[in-house]
Amino acid sequence: MKKIKSIVLFVLVAVIASMLAGCGESKPSINVFNWGDYIDEGVLKEFEKEYGVKVNYSMYATNEDLYVKLKQGGESFDVIFPSDYMIERMVREGMLAKLDKDNIPNLKNIDKSFFGLDYDPDDEYSVPYMWGTVGIIYNKTMVDDVVDSWDILWEEKYKDQIIMLNSQRDTIAVALLKLGYSMNTRNIDELEEAKAELIKQRPLVWAYQGDEVKDTMVGGEAAFAVVWSGDAVAMIRDNPDLEYVIPKEGTNLWFDDMVIPANAKNKEDAEKFIDFMCRPDIAAKNADYIGYSTPIPEAIDLLPEDMKNSKVAYPSEKEIENTEIFRDPMDIVVEYDRIWTEVLSGE
Amino acid sequence: MRMKRTAYPYILWIGIFIVIPLFLILYFAFTAGNSQDFSSFEISLSNFRRFFTPIYLKVLGRSVNLAFISTIICLALGYPMAYIISKERHKKRNIMILMFVIPMWMNFLLRTYAWLTLLGRNGFINFIITKIGLKPLDLIFNDKAVLLGMVYNFLPFMVLPIYSILVKIDKNLIEAAEDLGANRFEIFTKVIFPLSIPGVITGITMVFIPAMSTFIISSLLGGNKYNLIGNLIEQQFRWTGDWHFGSSMSIILMVFILITMAITSKFDKEKEGGGGGLW
Repeated sequence: MKKIKSIVLFVLVAVIASMLAGCGESKPSINVFNWGDYIDEGVLKEFEKEYGVKVNYSMYATNEDLYVKLKQGGESFDVIFPSDYMIERMVREGMLAKLDKDNIPNLKNIDKSFFGLDYDPDDEYSVPYMWGTVGIIYNKTMVDDVVDSWDILWEEKYKDQIIMLNSQRDTIAVALLKLGYSMNTRNIDELEEAKAELIKQRPLVWAYQGDEVKDTMVGGEAAFAVVWSGDAVAMIRDNPDLEYVIPKEGTNLWFDDMVIPANAKNKEDAEKFIDFMCRPDIAAKNADYIGYSTPIPEAIDLLPEDMKNSKVAYPSEKEIENTEIFRDPMDIVVEYDRIWTEVLSGE
Repeated sequence: MRMKRTAYPYILWIGIFIVIPLFLILYFAFTAGNSQDFSSFEISLSNFRRFFTPIYLKVLGRSVNLAFISTIICLALGYPMAYIISKERHKKRNIMILMFVIPMWMNFLLRTYAWLTLLGRNGFINFIITKIGLKPLDLIFNDKAVLLGMVYNFLPFMVLPIYSILVKIDKNLIEAAEDLGANRFEIFTKVIFPLSIPGVITGITMVFIPAMSTFIISSLLGGNKYNLIGNLIEQQFRWTGDWHFGSSMSIILMVFILITMAITSKFDKEKEGGGGGLW
């Protein structure tokens, strides 16, 4: 029995020692949790230097990943970057803290059109970080037709030339838009119709990809892909034969915002961080680095010419008038899952 | 037999990292409710009812089928390889085995990504094919590419256990067989192969299990067009957040693997008199 005791003691000592090691630093710190490849990490160093606050940076892959990590507890985060519909859900479930806007004076830099959006109507919880659209990227050398509609992704002659997103919500949204329905529909019949469209399309699809789509399109391996506008900017930079189009039936307009979880340990420094990210020079650095669109006009002015004038990153108002923002699907998420499984598990 | 004291840390380890998680999966599998809120759980078989419908069974069938084929291919390729290597002289043998192991020092995900650039439409293989004047082939995003990925990644798990059994076979047994008038074919079928069965069983298990549960290979090389059971489980945990359904699919997968292992270990026991191999 003595040996067990000594082993238990050893484990305890090891655990306590590692906890103490963590507490040893007197410097304040914040835990920032962001999408993968979604910041110029040099910006974090600048923040650390200017404010003397250490940034612990980690990354996630999807909104749902983020949600699950947050719900489980264990780790606490001070700044996170969920998208529109996820913010709506988190607010509904009381997972976010209200911001103290006096601590974020740089809010004034953000374009007015980004305030009062449906997912946070009173702008109590969220500060826009990046935004964009979903559209079709195509290779001009491989396509003769005019690309202006989602219908082209159902065109028989482009069999095995089409890449769709490996994402339930986005791909079902494409089918709904093609049919002329709202992508936030809660009508099962409309969703079933979208399912039928996707099953019809499946033999034509070469692959359903995530981030790998960038390599496929830049390498000229397929003619069409459904992508997010920021990724399109990056892809066109690497392969000028590519062109990005927002189809005439409309598309998804999305926003990734900075928010503070309700259980954040260092709200004060988190707000400083958000404020820092809204500074035009910092926002410009991030936008330039990742290719996504910043909501800060002064930052856009600081960007290199080709990005500043990019119709992909900064479409005219007319081009995005026909767009819709995702809403929280709530219970209907089960239907999405079923539809997606049925689409991808057929023969 | 009394457990030695030194075994306690391992028991603690097994308890924390194997037994408790297994019971958690079992618990999740037989309950339903909001996965993030323990108080909403209630005992239910609904997950299993949902699984035993044609759509999910088809996916399970496809997974078993692909795992089975890739195991057969691995065995067909791996046994002769292991045999040839084991016949070499000591030094050469070690170098050959090292060649097998070195690729495994690189991350499995990276090696699978590498196949994307090799098999792609404008990839390396098609580049060679078009250079010699042939039409490019459709090599990627189909079942064949998934099979290739499985065989490539899991072949060492077949070769290594068979090899390590083959090199340990007592040379005297082979000499005795020769003295008794057996020809080379008979020596192989009556002496070497029966003695190597434990290695074959281990190899089959070590290929079949990861092939059955993989989701990365079918996702990258199959272009997500052909869901395997691993993809469905991943989907439940990462996107849908229905851990109950994900857990019950994991249980079903485990049961399938247990059945296959039970079948294979039967062959084993006949030769070993029980207790051999993994079981």
